[in-house]
Amino acid sequence: MLYRVNDLHLSLPDQTRKPLLGAAPRIEILRGLNFEIEQGEVLGIVGGSGSGKSTLGRAMVRLLEPTGGTIAFDGQDITHMDEAALRPMRRQFQMIFQDPLSSLNPRRRVGGIIAGPLRLYGVEDTTRAVGDALDHVGLPRAFARRYPHELSGGQRQRVGIARAIALRPEFILADEIVSGLDVSSQAQVLNLLGGLVREFGLTLAFISHDLSVIRRLCTRIMVLHEGRIVEMAETAELFANPKAAYTRSLLEAIPLPDLEQVWD
Amino acid sequence: MSFLSVRNLSVSLKGGPRILRDVSLDVSAGEVRGLVGESGAGKSMIGKAVLGTLPRALQIDRGKILLDGDDLLMLDPRERRRRIGANVALIPQDPLTALNPSRRIGRQITDRLVDILGWSRSDADARALVLLDEVHIPDAARVLRQYPHELSGGMRQRILIASAFAAEPKLIVADEPTTALDVTVQKQILRLIREMQERHGTALLFVTHDLGVVSKICQSLSVLYAGKVVEDTGIEAFFGGPTHPYSAALLAATPKYTDPEGSLMPVPVDVIAQVQAEVDAADAGWV
Repeated sequence: MLYRVNDLHLSLPDQTRKPLLGAAPRIEILRGLNFEIEQGEVLGIVGGSGSGKSTLGRAMVRLLEPTGGTIAFDGQDITHMDEAALRPMRRQFQMIFQDPLSSLNPRRRVGGIIAGPLRLYGVEDTTRAVGDALDHVGLPRAFARRYPHELSGGQRQRVGIARAIALRPEFILADEIVSGLDVSSQAQVLNLLGGLVREFGLTLAFISHDLSVIRRLCTRIMVLHEGRIVEMAETAELFANPKAAYTRSLLEAIPLPDLEQVWD
Repeated sequence: MSFLSVRNLSVSLKGGPRILRDVSLDVSAGEVRGLVGESGAGKSMIGKAVLGTLPRALQIDRGKILLDGDDLLMLDPRERRRRIGANVALIPQDPLTALNPSRRIGRQITDRLVDILGWSRSDADARALVLLDEVHIPDAARVLRQYPHELSGGMRQRILIASAFAAEPKLIVADEPTTALDVTVQKQILRLIREMQERHGTALLFVTHDLGVVSKICQSLSVLYAGKVVEDTGIEAFFGGPTHPYSAALLAATPKYTDPEGSLMPVPVDVIAQVQAEVDAADAGWV
């Protein structure tokens, strides 16, 4: 079992309701989540805005510290691990962010962006590793010389993927990585990610609000609503027989490109 | 006759590349026309050209924008602004940036009526109450006194819809009005836009990148690639089988969870090559 999550709670201060003096009231975002992720699994995490899916992702890669419960990664409890102890583990869980324009340093070239984490972990031949990573995401090696603003949205997201896979992590968390892309690049990026998962035997958690996209890529799906898991099932099972009312309402609300769909 | 008729509209960056290439399209009263394409295809630019809000760096090279039969581009700027102000409104994409964070909701709806269209304050205030009721906002009097940050994304979008319909425009340009919203909220907002549009008989130009949304709200659509209309058709014909290979590829690329094998297909390279060749051929005769 790669991830074992028990009774996970996370609350954050609600700055919009902070009084002028004194602490902001805390808002409960994750309210007791229990789940496991197996090695090699592609787990889809779906939910509406405010459901806590991004917060869950950030807690799993410990960009946020949980306020209750435990997260075990590869048998080790990382729930409250300090940054020094986390540092060597971070090599094993990488993240791909939603908006590549804000997660890729605009002043660095693509090569430098991908090489950054490699240098941090003392990889010797970074030039070769960067070239390999670019090959894997289907970008020409010459792109190492370019800046993020010179790339299209789909190409930028490939750079984000290249940076994540360059260290050969065990686990990748992808947070809404295709929602900013045109449909034509969405398909390419999903196919690419699916291929890399198989090739490297990666474990992937794929956060999305779009069940159509999740269906394409994921083996199992977790549906979040208001900080709780309302349903967790194999992909085929969830689409054939959604059990939670919330899952059904999510499915029914998706406007399919189809005049036959009953949508009113 | 169509209320809006765009004829051979060509727009370019001043001294630079073309942005719109001989675009023609019509929208009649009561019709909803989708404007579909990938980012950079120029779909928002058509809306901006109609609203007279093209960025200064762009110029209109030729073409006509006929509003109720009169070419807007032939009118003097003052008269053009008056016609657009009286007849056309916008539902913008991002309700948080479109609303002024430091002004109460009520004033943001009524300002345009009072300052531009010369309504009396009391008429405008009464109208705002009716409108909020039409867009199904409960406790309208209270909401009118609130500030944007006190409302959810869906509520803000309802306010912008109310605001767009306030002066009974004959044409509304909706620029990706649901892209920032959740699917469940998107559904409510799309139904609301359709309900309002039907009740008021408004012509609606609906800019979107999502063919799923098009199938739910539009009667006709124009598919754009690189500022060129590659297909202009009714939705029955389109969803029955698009005629242009690029439109077909765009439809096959659109996610459809009921058809995992036949959707989310990458757009084939040769289709892009073909449509790009058409664009280049159209540019060859351009001086």
